[in-house]
Amino acid sequence: MNASNRQMQILMPWLVTVAMFLVWEVACRLFNVPQFILPAPSKIIGAMSEYPVPIMQNALQTLFTTVIGFVLAIAAGLLLGLAVGASTLVYNGLYPLLIAFNSIPKVALVPVFVIWFGIGTVPAILTAFIISFFPILVNVATGLATIEPEMRDVLRSLGASKLEVLTKAGIPRSLPYLFASLKIAITLAFVGSVISETVAANDGIGHLMLTASSRFDVPLVFAGLVVVAAMGVALYAICAAFERRMTRWAFRGSELISGG
Amino acid sequence: MGEAAQPFVDLRGVSLVYGQGDEQILAVESLDIQIAKGEFVAVVGPSGCGKSTLMKLVTGLLPPSAGAVFVGGDRVSKPIRGVGMAFQNSILMPWRTTLDNVMLPLEIVEPYKRELRRERAKYIARAEQLLASVGLGGFGARFPWQLSGGMQQRANLCRSIIHEPGLLMLDEPFGALDAFTREELWAIMQQLWLDKRFTAVLVTHDLREAVYLADTVYVMSKRPGRVILRKQVDLPRPRTLEMTFEPGFVEIVHELREMIVEVRLS
Repeated sequence: MNASNRQMQILMPWLVTVAMFLVWEVACRLFNVPQFILPAPSKIIGAMSEYPVPIMQNALQTLFTTVIGFVLAIAAGLLLGLAVGASTLVYNGLYPLLIAFNSIPKVALVPVFVIWFGIGTVPAILTAFIISFFPILVNVATGLATIEPEMRDVLRSLGASKLEVLTKAGIPRSLPYLFASLKIAITLAFVGSVISETVAANDGIGHLMLTASSRFDVPLVFAGLVVVAAMGVALYAICAAFERRMTRWAFRGSELISGG
Repeated sequence: MGEAAQPFVDLRGVSLVYGQGDEQILAVESLDIQIAKGEFVAVVGPSGCGKSTLMKLVTGLLPPSAGAVFVGGDRVSKPIRGVGMAFQNSILMPWRTTLDNVMLPLEIVEPYKRELRRERAKYIARAEQLLASVGLGGFGARFPWQLSGGMQQRANLCRSIIHEPGLLMLDEPFGALDAFTREELWAIMQQLWLDKRFTAVLVTHDLREAVYLADTVYVMSKRPGRVILRKQVDLPRPRTLEMTFEPGFVEIVHELREMIVEVRLS
Protein backbone atom coordinates (compact mmCIF):
# COMPACT_ATOMS: atom_id res chain seq x y z
CA MET A 1 0.00 0.00 0.00
CA ASN A 2 1.47 3.35 -0.95
CA ALA A 3 1.09 6.60 1.00
CA SER A 4 -1.79 8.10 -0.97
CA ASN A 5 -3.67 4.83 -0.82
CA ARG A 6 -3.29 4.76 2.94
CA GLN A 7 -4.53 8.33 3.15
CA MET A 8 -7.57 7.31 1.15
CA GLN A 9 -8.26 4.49 3.60
CA ILE A 10 -8.29 6.95 6.48
CA LEU A 11 -10.33 9.58 4.64
CA MET A 12 -12.87 7.18 3.21
CA PRO A 13 -15.23 6.86 6.20
CA TRP A 14 -15.44 10.66 6.49
CA LEU A 15 -16.04 11.10 2.79
CA VAL A 16 -18.82 8.53 2.71
CA THR A 17 -20.51 10.04 5.78
CA VAL A 18 -20.34 13.56 4.38
CA ALA A 19 -21.62 12.29 1.02
CA MET A 20 -24.58 10.60 2.71
CA PHE A 21 -25.56 13.79 4.51
CA LEU A 22 -25.18 15.75 1.26
CA VAL A 23 -27.46 13.37 -0.64
CA TRP A 24 -29.93 13.56 2.23
CA GLU A 25 -29.86 17.38 2.23
CA VAL A 26 -30.24 17.63 -1.54
CA ALA A 27 -33.06 15.06 -1.60
CA CYS A 28 -34.97 16.90 1.12
CA ARG A 29 -34.74 20.19 -0.75
CA LEU A 30 -35.33 18.74 -4.19
CA PHE A 31 -38.48 16.80 -3.27
CA ASN A 32 -39.64 19.34 -0.73
CA VAL A 33 -39.90 16.77 2.04
CA PRO A 34 -41.86 18.24 4.97
CA GLN A 35 -39.75 18.84 8.04
CA PHE A 36 -41.96 16.70 10.31
CA ILE A 37 -41.43 13.68 8.03
CA LEU A 38 -37.71 13.89 7.42
CA PRO A 39 -35.78 16.99 8.42
CA ALA A 40 -32.77 17.89 6.30
CA PRO A 41 -29.34 17.65 7.97
CA SER A 42 -29.11 21.44 8.04
CA LYS A 43 -32.29 21.52 10.14
CA ILE A 44 -30.86 18.86 12.45
CA ILE A 45 -27.72 20.91 12.93
CA GLY A 46 -29.96 23.87 13.58
CA ALA A 47 -31.76 21.96 16.33
CA MET A 48 -28.41 20.95 17.81
CA SER A 49 -27.19 24.53 17.98
CA GLU A 50 -30.51 25.65 19.39
CA TYR A 51 -30.40 23.25 22.37
CA PRO A 52 -26.71 22.47 22.95
CA VAL A 53 -26.94 22.23 26.74
CA PRO A 54 -29.96 19.88 27.01
CA ILE A 55 -28.52 17.66 24.30
CA MET A 56 -25.16 17.56 26.06
CA GLN A 57 -26.68 16.78 29.45
CA ASN A 58 -28.95 14.06 28.12
CA ALA A 59 -26.17 12.60 26.00
CA LEU A 60 -23.95 12.35 29.06
CA GLN A 61 -26.75 10.62 30.96
CA THR A 62 -27.20 8.09 28.14
CA LEU A 63 -23.46 7.59 27.86
CA PHE A 64 -23.29 7.00 31.61
CA THR A 65 -26.06 4.39 31.75
CA THR A 66 -24.76 2.69 28.61
CA VAL A 67 -21.18 2.41 29.83
CA ILE A 68 -22.20 1.16 33.28
CA GLY A 69 -24.52 -1.41 31.71
CA PHE A 70 -21.80 -2.39 29.27
CA VAL A 71 -19.18 -2.84 32.00
CA LEU A 72 -21.60 -4.99 34.00
CA ALA A 73 -22.28 -7.00 30.84
CA ILE A 74 -18.56 -7.59 30.32
CA ALA A 75 -18.17 -8.83 33.89
CA ALA A 76 -21.21 -11.10 33.79
CA GLY A 77 -20.62 -12.26 30.21
CA LEU A 78 -17.00 -13.10 30.97
CA LEU A 79 -17.81 -14.98 34.13
CA LEU A 80 -20.74 -16.94 32.75
CA GLY A 81 -18.98 -17.44 29.40
CA LEU A 82 -15.99 -18.99 31.16
CA ALA A 83 -18.26 -21.24 33.19
CA VAL A 84 -20.33 -22.30 30.20
CA GLY A 85 -17.27 -22.79 27.98
CA ALA A 86 -15.22 -24.68 30.55
CA SER A 87 -17.82 -27.12 31.81
CA THR A 88 -20.28 -29.11 29.72
CA LEU A 89 -22.33 -29.58 32.87
CA VAL A 90 -22.83 -25.84 33.28
CA TYR A 91 -23.36 -25.54 29.53
CA ASN A 92 -26.13 -28.13 29.48
CA GLY A 93 -27.75 -26.74 32.58
CA LEU A 94 -27.60 -23.06 31.77
CA TYR A 95 -27.80 -22.74 28.02
CA PRO A 96 -31.53 -23.38 27.45
CA LEU A 97 -32.32 -20.85 30.15
CA LEU A 98 -29.97 -18.28 28.64
CA ILE A 99 -31.47 -18.76 25.18
CA ALA A 100 -34.96 -18.39 26.62
CA PHE A 101 -33.89 -15.26 28.41
CA ASN A 102 -32.31 -13.79 25.31
CA SER A 103 -35.45 -14.48 23.28
CA ILE A 104 -37.50 -12.12 25.44
CA PRO A 105 -37.90 -8.71 23.77
CA LYS A 106 -35.91 -6.45 26.04
CA VAL A 107 -38.34 -3.58 25.68
CA ALA A 108 -40.90 -5.80 27.43
CA LEU A 109 -38.64 -5.97 30.45
CA VAL A 110 -38.42 -2.23 30.95
CA PRO A 111 -41.84 -1.94 32.68
CA VAL A 112 -40.78 -4.76 35.00
CA PHE A 113 -37.58 -2.93 35.89
CA VAL A 114 -39.61 0.21 36.48
CA ILE A 115 -41.86 -1.64 38.92
CA TRP A 116 -38.79 -2.90 40.74
CA PHE A 117 -36.56 0.13 40.68
CA GLY A 118 -38.69 3.10 39.65
CA ILE A 119 -38.13 5.14 36.51
CA GLY A 120 -34.77 6.67 35.60
CA THR A 121 -31.18 5.52 35.67
CA VAL A 122 -31.42 1.99 37.04
CA PRO A 123 -33.80 0.54 34.39
CA ALA A 124 -31.64 2.11 31.66
CA ILE A 125 -28.48 0.51 33.05
CA LEU A 126 -30.22 -2.84 33.46
CA THR A 127 -31.64 -2.79 29.93
CA ALA A 128 -28.24 -1.89 28.48
CA PHE A 129 -26.72 -4.69 30.53
CA ILE A 130 -29.23 -7.35 29.65
CA ILE A 131 -29.24 -6.64 25.93
CA SER A 132 -25.47 -6.61 25.59
CA PHE A 133 -24.30 -9.43 27.82
CA PHE A 134 -25.51 -12.35 25.74
CA PRO A 135 -23.18 -11.88 22.74
CA ILE A 136 -20.25 -11.54 25.14
CA LEU A 137 -21.17 -14.75 26.93
CA VAL A 138 -21.65 -16.71 23.71
CA ASN A 139 -18.37 -15.54 22.24
CA VAL A 140 -16.29 -16.21 25.33
CA ALA A 141 -17.83 -19.68 25.62
CA THR A 142 -17.10 -20.33 21.94
CA GLY A 143 -13.49 -19.26 22.35
CA LEU A 144 -13.05 -21.63 25.25
CA ALA A 145 -14.85 -24.53 23.62
CA THR A 146 -12.70 -24.33 20.49
CA ILE A 147 -9.34 -25.02 22.14
CA GLU A 148 -7.55 -27.54 19.95
CA PRO A 149 -7.93 -31.03 21.50
CA GLU A 150 -4.20 -31.56 20.96
CA MET A 151 -3.45 -28.42 22.98
CA ARG A 152 -5.57 -29.81 25.79
CA ASP A 153 -3.77 -33.17 25.55
CA VAL A 154 -0.36 -31.53 25.68
CA LEU A 155 -1.31 -29.52 28.76
CA ARG A 156 -3.02 -32.41 30.51
CA SER A 157 -0.13 -34.79 29.95
CA LEU A 158 2.20 -32.15 31.36
CA GLY A 159 0.07 -32.38 34.48
CA ALA A 160 -1.81 -29.10 34.13
CA SER A 161 -4.84 -28.63 36.37
CA LYS A 162 -8.18 -27.57 34.95
CA LEU A 163 -7.46 -24.05 36.14
CA GLU A 164 -4.09 -24.06 34.38
CA VAL A 165 -5.65 -25.26 31.13
CA LEU A 166 -8.06 -22.35 31.50
CA THR A 167 -5.45 -19.67 32.24
CA LYS A 168 -2.72 -20.90 29.89
CA ALA A 169 -4.85 -21.80 26.89
CA GLY A 170 -8.54 -21.08 27.39
CA ILE A 171 -8.58 -17.44 28.35
CA PRO A 172 -5.91 -16.19 25.91
CA ARG A 173 -7.65 -18.27 23.23
CA SER A 174 -11.00 -16.62 23.88
CA LEU A 175 -9.71 -13.03 24.06
CA PRO A 176 -10.14 -12.31 20.33
CA TYR A 177 -13.68 -13.68 20.59
CA LEU A 178 -14.31 -11.47 23.60
CA PHE A 179 -13.13 -8.34 21.85
CA ALA A 180 -15.08 -9.14 18.72
CA SER A 181 -18.18 -9.44 20.88
CA LEU A 182 -17.48 -6.17 22.69
CA LYS A 183 -17.84 -4.30 19.43
CA ILE A 184 -21.30 -5.78 18.94
CA ALA A 185 -22.20 -5.43 22.60
CA ILE A 186 -21.38 -1.73 22.90
CA THR A 187 -23.75 -0.79 20.07
CA LEU A 188 -26.44 -3.01 21.59
CA ALA A 189 -25.92 -1.36 24.97
CA PHE A 190 -26.85 2.00 23.43
CA VAL A 191 -29.99 0.46 21.98
CA GLY A 192 -30.85 -0.86 25.43
CA SER A 193 -30.42 2.35 27.36
CA VAL A 194 -32.19 4.51 24.75
CA ILE A 195 -35.14 2.08 24.65
CA SER A 196 -35.43 2.24 28.41
CA GLU A 197 -35.16 6.04 28.45
CA THR A 198 -37.87 6.25 25.82
CA VAL A 199 -40.22 4.14 27.89
CA ALA A 200 -39.49 5.34 31.38
CA ALA A 201 -37.04 8.08 32.28
CA ASN A 202 -36.82 11.75 33.08
CA ASP A 203 -33.56 12.30 31.26
CA GLY A 204 -31.29 10.75 28.66
CA ILE A 205 -31.36 11.01 24.88
CA GLY A 206 -34.31 8.62 24.68
CA HIS A 207 -36.35 10.86 26.94
CA LEU A 208 -35.25 13.94 25.00
CA MET A 209 -36.43 12.34 21.75
CA LEU A 210 -39.75 11.34 23.28
CA THR A 211 -40.41 14.88 24.55
CA ALA A 212 -39.30 16.37 21.25
CA SER A 213 -41.58 14.11 19.24
CA SER A 214 -44.55 14.93 21.45
CA ARG A 215 -43.92 18.57 20.54
CA PHE A 216 -43.53 17.57 16.86
CA ASP A 217 -39.98 18.92 17.03
CA VAL A 218 -38.78 16.32 14.54
CA PRO A 219 -35.37 17.96 13.88
CA LEU A 220 -34.58 17.59 17.60
CA VAL A 221 -35.66 13.92 17.48
CA PHE A 222 -33.21 13.39 14.65
CA ALA A 223 -30.54 15.36 16.50
CA GLY A 224 -30.93 12.82 19.29
CA LEU A 225 -30.56 9.95 16.84
CA VAL A 226 -27.42 11.48 15.37
CA VAL A 227 -25.91 12.00 18.81
CA VAL A 228 -26.60 8.37 19.81
CA ALA A 229 -25.13 7.15 16.54
CA ALA A 230 -22.03 9.30 17.01
CA MET A 231 -21.49 8.05 20.55
CA GLY A 232 -21.96 4.48 19.31
CA VAL A 233 -19.29 4.94 16.65
CA ALA A 234 -16.92 6.55 19.14
CA LEU A 235 -17.22 3.73 21.68
CA TYR A 236 -17.00 1.13 18.93
CA ALA A 237 -13.73 2.73 17.82
CA ILE A 238 -12.41 2.61 21.38
CA CYS A 239 -13.30 -1.09 21.63
CA ALA A 240 -11.68 -1.79 18.27
CA ALA A 241 -8.49 0.05 19.26
CA PHE A 242 -8.41 -1.88 22.51
CA GLU A 243 -8.89 -5.11 20.60
CA ARG A 244 -5.94 -4.41 18.33
CA ARG A 245 -3.73 -3.65 21.29
CA MET A 246 -4.68 -6.68 23.35
CA THR A 247 -4.79 -9.35 20.66
CA ARG A 248 -2.19 -8.30 18.17
CA TRP A 249 -1.44 -11.96 17.49
CA ALA A 250 -4.94 -12.53 16.14
CA PHE A 251 -4.28 -10.00 13.36
CA ARG A 252 -1.30 -11.86 12.01
CA GLY A 253 0.81 -9.78 9.73
CA SER A 254 2.25 -11.05 6.49
CA GLU A 255 5.80 -10.95 7.85
CA LEU A 256 6.40 -14.66 7.29
CA ILE A 257 9.98 -15.80 7.22
CA SER A 258 10.85 -18.13 4.40
CA GLY A 259 13.01 -21.19 4.71
CA GLY A 260 12.65 -24.20 6.96
CA MET B 1 14.64 -54.76 40.40
CA GLY B 2 16.36 -54.89 37.03
CA GLU B 3 14.99 -53.13 34.00
CA ALA B 4 14.57 -56.39 32.16
CA ALA B 5 12.23 -57.56 34.89
CA GLN B 6 10.24 -54.34 34.95
CA PRO B 7 9.87 -52.37 31.75
CA PHE B 8 9.31 -48.61 32.00
CA VAL B 9 6.15 -48.74 29.89
CA ASP B 10 4.17 -51.95 30.09
CA LEU B 11 0.94 -52.60 28.18
CA ARG B 12 -0.70 -55.86 29.21
CA GLY B 13 -3.57 -57.13 27.10
CA VAL B 14 -4.84 -53.61 26.43
CA SER B 15 -8.00 -53.14 24.36
CA LEU B 16 -10.01 -50.02 23.72
CA VAL B 17 -13.61 -49.75 22.58
CA TYR B 18 -14.92 -46.43 21.31
CA GLY B 19 -18.58 -45.50 21.32
CA GLN B 20 -21.61 -47.10 22.89
CA GLY B 21 -24.33 -49.64 22.06
CA ASP B 22 -24.53 -50.73 18.43
CA GLU B 23 -21.91 -48.27 17.26
CA GLN B 24 -19.05 -49.69 19.23
CA ILE B 25 -15.71 -49.72 17.48
CA LEU B 26 -12.86 -51.84 18.70
CA ALA B 27 -9.89 -49.52 18.12
CA VAL B 28 -7.06 -51.62 19.51
CA GLU B 29 -7.09 -55.20 20.72
CA SER B 30 -4.96 -57.06 23.26
CA LEU B 31 -1.84 -54.99 22.91
CA ASP B 32 1.19 -56.33 24.70
CA ILE B 33 4.06 -53.90 24.46
CA GLN B 34 7.01 -53.57 26.81
CA ILE B 35 9.32 -50.59 26.53
CA ALA B 36 12.54 -50.38 28.51
CA LYS B 37 13.69 -47.16 30.12
CA GLY B 38 15.57 -45.06 27.59
CA GLU B 39 14.35 -47.11 24.66
CA PHE B 40 13.22 -45.45 21.43
CA VAL B 41 10.18 -47.24 20.06
CA ALA B 42 8.40 -46.63 16.79
CA VAL B 43 4.89 -47.80 15.98
CA VAL B 44 3.95 -48.14 12.33
CA GLY B 45 0.87 -49.42 10.60
CA PRO B 46 -1.79 -48.65 8.01
CA SER B 47 -3.88 -45.57 8.62
CA GLY B 48 -6.68 -45.99 11.12
CA CYS B 49 -4.92 -48.78 12.97
CA GLY B 50 -5.18 -47.05 16.31
CA LYS B 51 -1.67 -45.63 16.54
CA SER B 52 -2.87 -42.39 18.05
CA THR B 53 -5.16 -44.32 20.38
CA LEU B 54 -2.07 -46.11 21.62
CA MET B 55 -0.51 -42.75 22.50
CA LYS B 56 -3.53 -41.75 24.54
CA LEU B 57 -3.60 -45.09 26.30
CA VAL B 58 0.04 -44.90 27.33
CA THR B 59 -0.29 -41.35 28.66
CA GLY B 60 -3.53 -42.12 30.48
CA LEU B 61 -5.59 -39.64 28.46
CA LEU B 62 -7.86 -42.59 27.63
CA PRO B 63 -8.56 -45.41 30.08
CA PRO B 64 -8.30 -48.89 28.49
CA SER B 65 -11.51 -50.93 28.12
CA ALA B 66 -9.60 -54.06 29.04
CA GLY B 67 -6.12 -54.86 30.27
CA ALA B 68 -3.81 -52.48 32.08
CA VAL B 69 -1.12 -49.91 31.37
CA PHE B 70 1.84 -49.48 33.69
CA VAL B 71 4.33 -46.65 33.48
CA GLY B 72 7.33 -46.65 35.81
CA GLY B 73 5.80 -49.54 37.72
CA ASP B 74 2.56 -47.71 38.52
CA ARG B 75 -0.78 -48.57 37.01
CA VAL B 76 -2.02 -45.68 34.87
CA SER B 77 -5.51 -44.58 35.87
CA LYS B 78 -5.42 -40.87 35.09
CA PRO B 79 -3.29 -38.68 32.81
CA ILE B 80 0.30 -39.15 33.91
CA ARG B 81 2.18 -35.97 34.62
CA GLY B 82 5.22 -34.47 33.01
CA VAL B 83 5.01 -36.33 29.71
CA GLY B 84 6.39 -34.59 26.63
CA MET B 85 4.11 -34.63 23.61
CA ALA B 86 4.43 -33.48 20.03
CA PHE B 87 1.82 -33.82 17.32
CA GLN B 88 1.82 -33.47 13.56
CA ASN B 89 0.21 -30.08 14.01
CA SER B 90 2.66 -28.00 16.04
CA ILE B 91 -0.14 -26.25 18.04
CA LEU B 92 2.10 -23.54 19.40
CA MET B 93 0.19 -20.79 21.15
CA PRO B 94 -0.05 -17.83 18.76
CA TRP B 95 -0.20 -15.30 21.60
CA ARG B 96 3.16 -16.38 22.97
CA THR B 97 6.57 -15.82 21.46
CA THR B 98 8.48 -18.90 20.38
CA LEU B 99 10.61 -18.70 23.51
CA ASP B 100 7.57 -18.42 25.78
CA ASN B 101 6.02 -21.37 23.97
CA VAL B 102 9.08 -23.48 24.64
CA MET B 103 9.01 -22.36 28.30
CA LEU B 104 5.40 -23.50 28.76
CA PRO B 105 6.17 -26.90 30.38
CA LEU B 106 8.41 -25.17 32.92
CA GLU B 107 5.37 -23.22 34.09
CA ILE B 108 3.42 -26.42 34.71
CA VAL B 109 5.76 -29.28 35.60
CA GLU B 110 7.37 -29.53 39.04
CA PRO B 111 10.02 -28.84 40.24
CA TYR B 112 10.47 -26.18 37.55
CA LYS B 113 7.14 -24.51 38.27
CA ARG B 114 8.16 -23.89 41.86
CA GLU B 115 11.53 -22.47 40.92
CA LEU B 116 10.53 -20.58 37.81
CA ARG B 117 10.35 -17.22 39.53
CA ARG B 118 13.77 -17.56 41.11
CA GLU B 119 15.52 -19.34 38.26
CA ARG B 120 13.88 -17.49 35.39
CA ALA B 121 17.14 -16.30 33.83
CA LYS B 122 18.60 -19.80 33.96
CA TYR B 123 15.50 -21.32 32.36
CA ILE B 124 15.42 -18.72 29.62
CA ALA B 125 19.06 -19.49 28.87
CA ARG B 126 18.20 -23.17 28.75
CA ALA B 127 15.30 -22.60 26.36
CA GLU B 128 17.45 -20.44 24.13
CA GLN B 129 20.16 -23.07 24.12
CA LEU B 130 17.65 -25.72 23.17
CA LEU B 131 16.29 -23.54 20.38
CA ALA B 132 19.82 -22.99 19.13
CA SER B 133 20.47 -26.74 19.12
CA VAL B 134 17.63 -27.24 16.64
CA GLY B 135 18.75 -24.34 14.48
CA LEU B 136 16.37 -21.74 15.87
CA GLY B 137 18.97 -19.60 17.64
CA GLY B 138 17.81 -15.97 17.66
CA PHE B 139 14.21 -16.78 16.75
CA GLY B 140 12.94 -16.92 20.34
CA ALA B 141 11.39 -13.45 20.22
CA ARG B 142 9.38 -14.20 17.09
CA PHE B 143 5.81 -15.34 17.22
CA PRO B 144 5.11 -18.86 15.92
CA TRP B 145 3.06 -17.53 13.04
CA GLN B 146 6.11 -15.64 11.86
CA LEU B 147 7.95 -18.95 11.43
CA SER B 148 7.74 -21.50 8.63
CA GLY B 149 6.12 -24.89 9.21
CA GLY B 150 9.46 -26.62 9.70
CA MET B 151 10.60 -24.01 12.19
CA GLN B 152 7.34 -24.31 14.12
CA GLN B 153 7.81 -28.06 14.33
CA ARG B 154 11.34 -27.60 15.69
CA ALA B 155 10.01 -25.26 18.35
CA ASN B 156 7.34 -27.86 19.09
CA LEU B 157 10.04 -30.51 19.66
CA CYS B 158 11.87 -28.12 21.98
CA ARG B 159 8.68 -27.59 23.97
CA SER B 160 8.16 -31.35 24.28
CA ILE B 161 11.57 -32.02 25.82
CA ILE B 162 12.57 -28.84 27.70
CA HIS B 163 11.38 -30.26 31.02
CA GLU B 164 13.45 -33.41 30.39
CA PRO B 165 10.47 -35.76 30.47
CA GLY B 166 10.98 -39.39 31.30
CA LEU B 167 8.58 -40.22 28.49
CA LEU B 168 8.27 -38.50 25.13
CA MET B 169 5.29 -39.23 22.90
CA LEU B 170 5.61 -38.25 19.25
CA ASP B 171 2.52 -38.51 17.04
CA GLU B 172 3.74 -38.12 13.45
CA PRO B 173 5.59 -34.94 14.33
CA PHE B 174 7.39 -34.84 10.99
CA GLY B 175 4.39 -35.87 8.90
CA ALA B 176 3.49 -32.50 7.44
CA LEU B 177 7.01 -31.44 6.48
CA ASP B 178 8.86 -31.60 3.19
CA ALA B 179 11.30 -34.48 2.73
CA PHE B 180 14.47 -32.46 3.33
CA THR B 181 13.23 -30.75 6.47
CA ARG B 182 11.95 -34.08 7.71
CA GLU B 183 15.31 -35.80 7.33
CA GLU B 184 17.04 -32.88 8.98
CA LEU B 185 14.72 -33.16 11.95
CA TRP B 186 15.32 -36.93 12.20
CA ALA B 187 18.97 -36.16 12.79
CA ILE B 188 18.10 -33.48 15.34
CA MET B 189 15.70 -35.83 17.11
CA GLN B 190 18.31 -38.58 17.25
CA GLN B 191 20.87 -36.17 18.69
CA LEU B 192 18.46 -34.95 21.36
CA TRP B 193 17.70 -38.54 22.28
CA LEU B 194 21.38 -39.51 22.42
CA ASP B 195 22.00 -36.54 24.72
CA LYS B 196 19.11 -37.05 27.12
CA ARG B 197 18.15 -40.74 26.71
CA PHE B 198 14.48 -40.30 27.46
CA THR B 199 12.05 -43.08 26.67
CA ALA B 200 10.38 -42.24 23.39
CA VAL B 201 7.36 -43.58 21.52
CA LEU B 202 7.09 -42.41 17.93
CA VAL B 203 3.95 -43.03 15.93
CA THR B 204 4.57 -42.73 12.21
CA HIS B 205 3.67 -44.09 8.81
CA ASP B 206 7.13 -43.44 7.41
CA LEU B 207 9.09 -46.68 7.60
CA ARG B 208 12.48 -45.08 6.93
CA GLU B 209 11.82 -42.67 9.75
CA ALA B 210 10.87 -45.51 12.08
CA VAL B 211 13.97 -47.57 11.29
CA TYR B 212 16.27 -44.54 11.40
CA LEU B 213 15.14 -43.42 14.86
CA ALA B 214 13.97 -46.50 16.73
CA ASP B 215 15.54 -49.32 18.68
CA THR B 216 12.38 -51.34 18.26
CA VAL B 217 9.67 -51.04 15.63
CA TYR B 218 6.18 -52.36 16.24
CA VAL B 219 3.95 -53.05 13.24
CA MET B 220 0.23 -52.83 13.88
CA SER B 221 -2.59 -54.42 11.91
CA LYS B 222 -5.65 -52.76 10.48
CA ARG B 223 -8.46 -51.94 12.88
CA PRO B 224 -8.78 -53.39 15.39
CA GLY B 225 -5.10 -52.65 15.89
CA ARG B 226 -2.97 -55.52 17.11
CA VAL B 227 0.79 -55.85 17.20
CA ILE B 228 1.73 -58.22 14.39
CA LEU B 229 5.47 -57.72 14.32
CA ARG B 230 8.12 -56.57 16.75
CA LYS B 231 11.35 -55.77 14.97
CA GLN B 232 14.60 -54.99 16.75
CA VAL B 233 16.77 -52.48 14.87
CA ASP B 234 20.37 -53.20 15.79
CA LEU B 235 22.05 -50.62 13.60
CA PRO B 236 24.83 -48.65 15.30
CA ARG B 237 24.29 -45.08 16.50
CA PRO B 238 24.50 -42.30 15.67
CA ARG B 239 22.80 -43.30 12.45
CA THR B 240 23.38 -41.19 9.39
CA LEU B 241 21.19 -40.42 6.41
CA GLU B 242 23.67 -42.30 4.20
CA MET B 243 22.96 -45.42 6.23
CA THR B 244 19.33 -45.29 5.20
CA PHE B 245 20.43 -46.30 1.71
CA GLU B 246 22.69 -49.15 2.79
CA PRO B 247 21.57 -52.79 2.40
CA GLY B 248 21.20 -53.58 6.12
CA PHE B 249 18.84 -50.62 6.59
CA VAL B 250 16.93 -51.14 3.37
CA GLU B 251 16.39 -54.80 4.24
CA ILE B 252 14.63 -53.91 7.47
CA VAL B 253 12.48 -51.30 5.74
CA HIS B 254 11.50 -53.89 3.12
CA GLU B 255 10.59 -56.44 5.73
CA LEU B 256 8.33 -53.94 7.51
CA ARG B 257 6.84 -52.81 4.24
CA GLU B 258 5.94 -56.31 3.16
CA MET B 259 4.30 -56.91 6.50
CA ILE B 260 2.16 -53.80 6.13
CA VAL B 261 1.23 -54.54 2.53
CA GLU B 262 0.13 -57.97 3.70
CA VAL B 263 -2.11 -56.66 6.48
CA ARG B 264 -3.59 -54.02 4.21
CA LEU B 265 -4.63 -56.66 1.69
CA SER B 266 -5.88 -59.20 4.21
